[in-house]
Amino acid sequence: MRAVRFSVVTAAATAAALTAVTGCAEKSDAKGADGAVTVIAKDDSCEVSKKEFPAGHVTLAVENRGSKVTEVYVLHPDDRIVTERENIGPGTKATITAEIKAGDYTIACKPGMVGDGIRQQVKLTGAGAASAKRSPEMDAAVAAYRQYVQAQADATLPKVKVFTDAVRAGNIEAAKKAYAESRIGWERTEPVAESFGDIDPKVDVREDGLEEGQDPAKDWTGWHRLEKALWKDKKLGAAEKQLADTLDKDLADWVKRVGKAEITPTSMANGAKELLDEVATGKVTGEEERYSHTDLVDFKANVEGAQKSFDLLKPVATKNDPKLVAELDKQFASLNALLDKYRADKNSYVFTSYEKVGPPARKELSDGVNALAEPLSKLAAAVVK
Amino acid sequence: MSEENQEQTAGAAPSRRKVIGWGGAGLALGAAAAGGAVALAGDGEGTAPVADTGAAVPFHGPHQAGIATAVQDRLHFAAFDVKTKDRAELVQLLKDWTRAAERMTAGAEVGEGAYGGLPEAPPDDTGEALGLKPSRLTLTIGFGPTLFDGRFGLKDKRPGALVELPKFPGDNLDPARSGGDLCVQACADDPQVAVHAIRNLARIGFGKVAVRWSQLGFGKTSSTTPDAQTPRNLFGFKDGTRNIAGTETERLAKHVWVSGKDAAGAAAWMDGGSYLVARRIRMNVETWDRTPLGEQEDIFGRDKREGAPVGKAKEHDEPFLKAMKPDSHVRLAHPDTNGGATILRRGYSFTDGTDGLGRLDAGLFFLAYQKDVRTGFIPVQTSLGRADALNEYIQHVGSALFAVPPGVRDKDDWWGRALFS
Repeated sequence: MRAVRFSVVTAAATAAALTAVTGCAEKSDAKGADGAVTVIAKDDSCEVSKKEFPAGHVTLAVENRGSKVTEVYVLHPDDRIVTERENIGPGTKATITAEIKAGDYTIACKPGMVGDGIRQQVKLTGAGAASAKRSPEMDAAVAAYRQYVQAQADATLPKVKVFTDAVRAGNIEAAKKAYAESRIGWERTEPVAESFGDIDPKVDVREDGLEEGQDPAKDWTGWHRLEKALWKDKKLGAAEKQLADTLDKDLADWVKRVGKAEITPTSMANGAKELLDEVATGKVTGEEERYSHTDLVDFKANVEGAQKSFDLLKPVATKNDPKLVAELDKQFASLNALLDKYRADKNSYVFTSYEKVGPPARKELSDGVNALAEPLSKLAAAVVK
Repeated sequence: MSEENQEQTAGAAPSRRKVIGWGGAGLALGAAAAGGAVALAGDGEGTAPVADTGAAVPFHGPHQAGIATAVQDRLHFAAFDVKTKDRAELVQLLKDWTRAAERMTAGAEVGEGAYGGLPEAPPDDTGEALGLKPSRLTLTIGFGPTLFDGRFGLKDKRPGALVELPKFPGDNLDPARSGGDLCVQACADDPQVAVHAIRNLARIGFGKVAVRWSQLGFGKTSSTTPDAQTPRNLFGFKDGTRNIAGTETERLAKHVWVSGKDAAGAAAWMDGGSYLVARRIRMNVETWDRTPLGEQEDIFGRDKREGAPVGKAKEHDEPFLKAMKPDSHVRLAHPDTNGGATILRRGYSFTDGTDGLGRLDAGLFFLAYQKDVRTGFIPVQTSLGRADALNEYIQHVGSALFAVPPGVRDKDDWWGRALFS
C-alpha cells in the first residue's frame, strides 16, 4: 500500500524536478511516468526496474527485501562512486537522489555490505545529458561557483605559505598571526573539499576527530595540530616544521583536484546549508578553534561561502520561491551585521577572540545562525522544483 | 511492516500516521472526529476529564486547553524571546503556530508531514511522533510582560495584572531561566509527543523567535480531577490537595478565568484568559531524605501516608490550621491565611540529571493559573517565602509570569487575535 503511494510521490517529485531542469520545454508528461526507478535488493539479486532511463535528476526507490543489511551504489564505469546509500536494513526502504549525466553506469547492491556487490548495468539516456538538460541560468550558476571555488583555492596557497614559512622559521608570533587568514578560502568552500573525502581529514581534523588506535603524535596532521603547537604547547620543533611541509603538500593536492569536483545546483544549495551546519556545530560552540579562539574568522568565512552559493542560485530560486529568497536576503544581512559587531574594521578579518564572547553573546550568535540555517535548508528544493 | 502493526494496535485513538493516511493535510481533523476515535473533553469548556490517555483534547474553545484540562503525565515548557522587530511577522508566526498546534493536538503531523515530499527538502514535520497517539496533547500560549515594552505597539494593552513579580525572600533567580516574551506549555501523556510539539513550534519560529529556556517535567504534582489521587511531589508528600478541579465551574470562574472588571480597559483582550506563574523550584532532596519523618510531617502539616492535615483522618478533610505549626507549609499556603487567595496548580516534578556535586538537580516546576496574581500567587508566595519551614530544603531559581489569552474559537481564529487586532 505504502509502496504504491510512495512511487506515485516519487514520480511526481521527479517529474517536477525534470520540468524545472528542462525549463518545461519537452514531453515532461512522458518523463513523469518514466521517472520512478525501483531497486529491489535481495540477498542474491539486485533488480533494477529499468535498464534505461533519462539522465538529469534521478531518484532511485530502493527496497531491501533480503535478510541482510545492504548498500546500494551508483558507479561510473571506472567504479568511481556517483552516489551511494549505506545501512539499508532488511525490510526497509530508502530513496537515493542524484543529478547524473547521460552515460553508462553500474548499480550495485551489496548485501552484508561486503564485496563488489551484485551489479546491474544501466544506461542514462540522451537529451538528459546534464549539460543539455539544465537551464542556461543553472549552468551559469554552476560555472560561476566553480570559478569561485578555484579562485578561493588558488588564493589560499600563498596565504598558507606565509603561515607555514613562519612555522618553518620557528617564528611563533608570525605563525599565529598568519594562521586564521590562511584558513579563510578553505572555510568558504569546505563542502567541495569534503566531497573528496580524503583531504579534509589530513588538513582540518581536530584532535578529537582521530579514531581509536590513531596516535596524535603520528597520525594527527593539518592546521589544528599546528594550532595546538602554537597556542597550547608554545613551541615549534622539527615535527611541526615537517607538518608545515605536509600541509603545503596536502593543500596543493586540493587546489589541483578542486576543479574536477562534481558540482550541481543542488550540491551548491546543500553546500550552503552545510556551511551553516559547520557554524552551528563547530564555531558557535568554540570547538573548532579551541586553542587560537579564532572561531569568528571561520564563522565569517563559512557565511561568506554560503552567501556566494545563494547569490549565484538566486535567479533560479527567485522564480520558484521569491518569499524564501527575500527571507534569506534578510537573514544573511542580519547575521553579517551581527558579526560586524565583533570586528573594528569591516574590511579586515581580525575578529574578537571567541574566548571573550560570553554566553549571552554566543546565544545571540546561535539564534542568528538558526534564523538563517532554517530557511537555507529549503534552498535546494527551491532550486529544483 | 511495522507500520501496519502500529496502525492496528493504535486502538481507540488514531495514530498520527493513520490520521494522515485517511485524509491528508486538510482532512485530518475531520477524519479523526468522524472516526469517533477521539474522546471529547466534553462540555465546550474543555474542562471535563478525559480518561483515555491516548485521546485527543479539543484545541478550540472559549478557554485554552491545558489549564482546566485533566492534568497529563508529562510536560515540556518553553519560553521564547521574540527576535523580529516586525509586528506583522510576529502576527504571522502566531497564526502559523496556531495551525500547527491544531494539527499536533489532533495527532496529525505539521505542514506537509514527515515524509513523501521532495527529496531535496527537509520534511515539514520532524517525524518523531509518527505512529504515536494524540496523547491528550495540549498547547497553551502565554505573553510575558516584556512583549508589551513598546516593540510591537502593545504598551497600552498591558493588563494591570501583568505586573513584575516582586522579589520574594529566598529567591535566587537565574535570568537565563527566567522571563520570556512568549511561552508555550505542552502537556501530554507521552513525553515524546510533548517534546515533538515544542521542537516543531521552535523550528517554525526560527528567525522570528528563539527559545530562551525550556523545562521538561516528568511527573504531575497536581490533579484537576476531583476523584483522582493527588500525586506526590519529590519530597514524597501530597500537596495542593484542595486544587481547583476542571469540573468546578464556579471556582474556575471565581479564581481562574479573567472576566468582568478584570477584562476591562487595557485587559479587554484577556476576557476568558488567565495568568500563569512559572517557578523553577530546586529541591534539595538529599538533605530532605535525612530529615526524620515526624519533622517532615510537621513541615508540611500533613501525614505522609494519607496526606491528611494534622489531626484529621483523610486527605480531603478540611484542615484545622491552628493545630499546625505556624511555619508549616499547608498553613501558610492555605487561602484562609492569604485573604482567600486560591490558585489552580498544574506543576510537574523535574530531574535534570545531577548537579556535578553528586546531587540530583531535581525539584518542582511550579505552574499556577489564576485570575489575578496580585490576589493569587503574590500573597501566597509572600507568606511562604517569609516563613515556610520548607524553605530550608528548597530554592526558587527561575521565575516567569505570562498573560494567557482566551481560547482559539475555530479554525479561522488564532492565538493572540484579540491582543493584536
